[in-house]
Amino acid sequence: MVPLSYYMILSAIVFVTGVVGVLIRRNIIMLLLSIELMLNATNINFVAFSYYLDNIAGQVFVFFALTVAAAEVAVGLAIIIALYRCKATVNVAELNLMKW
Amino acid sequence: MATLSFFYFGSVIVLTALLVVALRNPVYSVIALLIMFFHIAGLFVTLHAEFLAAVQIIVYAGAILVLYLFVVMILNLQQDDSYQKQVKLGLGLGLLALAEVIYIISKVALPEEPARISTAAGESAAAAVAGNTETVGKALYTTYLFPFEVASLILLVAMIGAIIMAKKGMMGPGVGPTGEPR
Repeated sequence: MVPLSYYMILSAIVFVTGVVGVLIRRNIIMLLLSIELMLNATNINFVAFSYYLDNIAGQVFVFFALTVAAAEVAVGLAIIIALYRCKATVNVAELNLMKW
Repeated sequence: MATLSFFYFGSVIVLTALLVVALRNPVYSVIALLIMFFHIAGLFVTLHAEFLAAVQIIVYAGAILVLYLFVVMILNLQQDDSYQKQVKLGLGLGLLALAEVIYIISKVALPEEPARISTAAGESAAAAVAGNTETVGKALYTTYLFPFEVASLILLVAMIGAIIMAKKGMMGPGVGPTGEPR
């Protein structure tokens, strides 16, 4: 069987991929997709620990994380649409309204 | 067999995660993310979380990604977005963080495999009597009843917020993206 550390390393790789995506992409929709990657990495960790510790609480937490992810996507995409109406761009480099 | 399935799902997950970040067209990225969600659901099945696997496919692949695709198509984005200037710095920071996490994982003592798998050929007696969905449901509606209600409130607030923000003319007067007054 697979040791728990393999699942943790897989989750770490996916999480870091999401972090790098947030750092290097310019499209604000890609930023939200990268945040989805990070959320899924934590979900993998939660489920793996739930299995290895024989505790159902991890799966319940994934359920709540899923709820929050759905709310985040709805609000985030609404913000992007409102932003696109105002500025006609989704490039984060051009969204410098609050830059001092 | 379990090792084989883990490496299959894990390698596809890593590959599609990299594709999500690397592909330049947002539609292709969303499709790569779809494949990744299906394989994460498969990983959940191997970890005996069948209910979460089903929810993962229904909610993530069925609802969230369709929302992304809709927005990408509504905004009708051209393939103009390049990467930021600091790509190398971002990659370096990411590799540093990954090395750090793997170092920490190699140092801590992790729980061993539960005995229920290695002894009997099959699941434990408790898991066999009550299925996964039933176990999750019992925990959700007894121990975690209050967080469950809070989650429903979060969904309500998100729904109202999304409708108000995305509705035309709700965010004050202004001009549209092409310059015509609304």
